[in-house]
Amino acid sequence: MFAALADATRLRLLRRLSSEGSLSITRLSEGEDVTRQAITRHLYALGDAGLVRHKRKGREQIWDLDMKRLEKARQYLDHVAAQWDAAGARLKAFVEDGEA
Amino acid sequence: MTAMATEAQKSTDRIEKHFEVRAPRSKVWRAISDSQQFGAWFGVRVEGPFVEGTTVKGFITHKDYEHFKLDFQIEKMEAERYFSYRWHPYPSDPNYDYSKDPRTLVEFTLEDVPGGTVVTIVESGFDKIPLARRIDAFRNNEGGWNGQVKNLTKYVA
Repeated sequence: MFAALADATRLRLLRRLSSEGSLSITRLSEGEDVTRQAITRHLYALGDAGLVRHKRKGREQIWDLDMKRLEKARQYLDHVAAQWDAAGARLKAFVEDGEA
Repeated sequence: MTAMATEAQKSTDRIEKHFEVRAPRSKVWRAISDSQQFGAWFGVRVEGPFVEGTTVKGFITHKDYEHFKLDFQIEKMEAERYFSYRWHPYPSDPNYDYSKDPRTLVEFTLEDVPGGTVVTIVESGFDKIPLARRIDAFRNNEGGWNGQVKNLTKYVA
């Protein structure tokens, strides 16, 4: 998923969506060196990675961050981290007081 | 408002834990590198020794996670200092073939400090795991591993 972030343009797009909220491709293409087509490609790639979503509003496509998926990725990592906290505590007890 | 993406990239690929134990490094080394001792505190029944370059299977002993088939691909063992393996961190679906998925790397590093040993555990490579797998893993786990903390009492004298 985060291989999709390697590209500087994609990072910029994510930052803009993060700070400005939902934006159309027109708005997202403003001020960019890259063509509107390239921006669209980047957005779809970020969409494939589950980081952004889009919907149609009139003739425009409006994009925003997919917070739910980002949250799930975060939750997963927090969960695995909590498991290591618990495992670390067991290792500590094992070598300090236990059967090692 | 920050470079959310950069922050995401930095913090979601790895987990790092440090803690100090009041035991000599050689004792801690045995606890992590001897697969039977490892199994005793980790809570897994390991089917053989940890040997560099080999893979050994394990089964979680906690009753809610007995279906988790662990697969330790032992990478590097530097006596009394560093131990690493690769695995699939959350093989919660008994019907899924995890062998196709990328593995994370788990690294244990031991250092002397006055009065004991500092243990560093790093697990990295999470960004290679498909998002769908991560969401599934979380969904398959209702209660979490908090129950594992109960095992702690077994090892306290």
